[in-house]
Amino acid sequence: MASITAPAAQRPTAKAAPARRLPSIKTVIVAGAAYVIGIIFILPYLEMVITALRPQSELDDRDYFPHHLAWSNFTNIWSTGLGTNLAISLEIGIGTTVLVLLVAIPAAYYTARRRFRGRGAFLVLVLITQMFQPTSLIVGIYQEFTNTVHLPSTLALILVNSGFNLAFAVWILNAYFGAIPKELEEAAMVDGTSRFGAMTRIIIPLALPGIVTALIFTFIAAWNEFIVALTLTNTDSTEPLTVKLNTYLGQYSTDWQHLFAGSVIATIPVIILFALIERKVVSGLTAGSVK
Amino acid sequence: MQETVDTESGAQQVTAGRAAVRAPRRPGRARRLTRALAPLPWLAPALALIGFAVLWPVWEMFQTSRQHINSFGFDLGDYGWKNFSAVFDDPNLASVMARTGVWVFAVVALTVLISLAFAQLFNQRFPGRKVVRWALIAPWAASVMMTSIVFRWMLDPNNGVINVLLHQLGIVSQFNGTQASWLGNPTHAMYWMIVVAVFVSVPFTTYALLAGLSSIPAEVYEAARVDGAGRLRTYWAITFPLLRPAMTVAILINLMNVFNSFPIIYTMTGGGPDSQTSTSTVYMYTLKTLNIGQSGALSVINFGVVIVIVLIFLRANKNSLKES
Repeated sequence: MASITAPAAQRPTAKAAPARRLPSIKTVIVAGAAYVIGIIFILPYLEMVITALRPQSELDDRDYFPHHLAWSNFTNIWSTGLGTNLAISLEIGIGTTVLVLLVAIPAAYYTARRRFRGRGAFLVLVLITQMFQPTSLIVGIYQEFTNTVHLPSTLALILVNSGFNLAFAVWILNAYFGAIPKELEEAAMVDGTSRFGAMTRIIIPLALPGIVTALIFTFIAAWNEFIVALTLTNTDSTEPLTVKLNTYLGQYSTDWQHLFAGSVIATIPVIILFALIERKVVSGLTAGSVK
Repeated sequence: MQETVDTESGAQQVTAGRAAVRAPRRPGRARRLTRALAPLPWLAPALALIGFAVLWPVWEMFQTSRQHINSFGFDLGDYGWKNFSAVFDDPNLASVMARTGVWVFAVVALTVLISLAFAQLFNQRFPGRKVVRWALIAPWAASVMMTSIVFRWMLDPNNGVINVLLHQLGIVSQFNGTQASWLGNPTHAMYWMIVVAVFVSVPFTTYALLAGLSSIPAEVYEAARVDGAGRLRTYWAITFPLLRPAMTVAILINLMNVFNSFPIIYTMTGGGPDSQTSTSTVYMYTLKTLNIGQSGALSVINFGVVIVIVLIFLRANKNSLKES
């Protein structure tokens, strides 16, 4: 601004300089408080990483940091068969994500585009499934999958996780699809494309950010799930990571450094993935009532 | 070529439209049926999945609550309401229910109060805001079970970092003593588990409130400033009331999460000693291995609470449901 008007440019530099002002006291206090809070919320995960790197000999030490770092903790845990559990967690996570997207995309698309009888009822049903948590139905889930339906536990977990995580995907995709102008697909449908074709070729590419959000959120939810997996799996070779790591606690002498090496593997990638979708998650979880 | 096809089918569309205007026939029964069934191919997979994974367990749970199943897992037939009367006669029930009430109230109240302050703070501009907001999501993204394990380790009576710090501050006098074994004492264990539950609930709540804050138009604040309203008055007269919808939803989601919270207590104390740190959710899980019929009965009772929260949630969401 100053450079445009000549008189201003001629003014002594003392007045033009404050373009780079020192932050105000208020900003310093706000930033300071925010940094402290940020650090507090990271600390437990830092402690997770630190313990994962502690050598066995320093596990009982009363200090904050180990003297040596035992990176071998990360390589040694694979000999305990953790690779199998990691693979099961991945299978459950990927299976759930694929199933949820396959089921949620058509439902979200149709409810976003068409007004039909039973539409409201369907959306309410979806919303209710989000509020019902597997924990509150765990006895029913246990009875269903031990007495009536006999499925491999990994498949059973994919189905249960998908059922309970469908709502988030439907709601967030419904909002994304609804925001895309109808004219785009109408043009395609005039060209003779079916509604399904219009959805896959025009709407899905445009709603990709929403789909990625649903994808990451569903994967994390399935990856972190604990109580259903704890209930439906009972052998080492069928347990996902969460359940397997929890069994470390019951052992005679808990193998903390390996437990936390496993936890780091299970936790850090998920935090990074979540950071990618951070801004969009709230609207999906609150069914769009908070945007 | 593409264009010719365009105009052709476009023309077809128009003629079809005219035909419809000319002869407004009442749809026959068959057409009404096809119209009613049209959404099915799109919604059926979702309905099937919900039916199989969510509604079927609800039915199984009610069945189980009325079944007589012995400790070997044999179904001995209909048990009427006997599982329910056994649950009500359970001497632990009263204290478990009272503890559940305290747990839910304490965690949700603390979470909301802290999140209100955090949302206000993180709504300000300051350098590095993005990084700090990322730090805050860690407990939200991580599995609650993993977070609970870390806290259990940090509270280790021998050398948990929290005890090391409290020892340096002179609060904990002796390692491995009764004071240092926080989780061994039911009262202290509850305090710490409430801390963990608040810790994992604050990120979502703060984010929900931040979203609510950012939806308040700047002009409203401008008007308040012009009218000479002070900072505190602006907050109570403007921010707080306008934040209420976001807060209601956040509170209800938290109520549901905290009532159903399982991994924290299961991992840190297992609900013990005896059932002295169990909430009704954890107690229901403990009962599952002892007597699944009674566990089913307690599930039905818990489910009643869940339904009440759902109904309030649906009421609170009425407007957004209509909009969508």
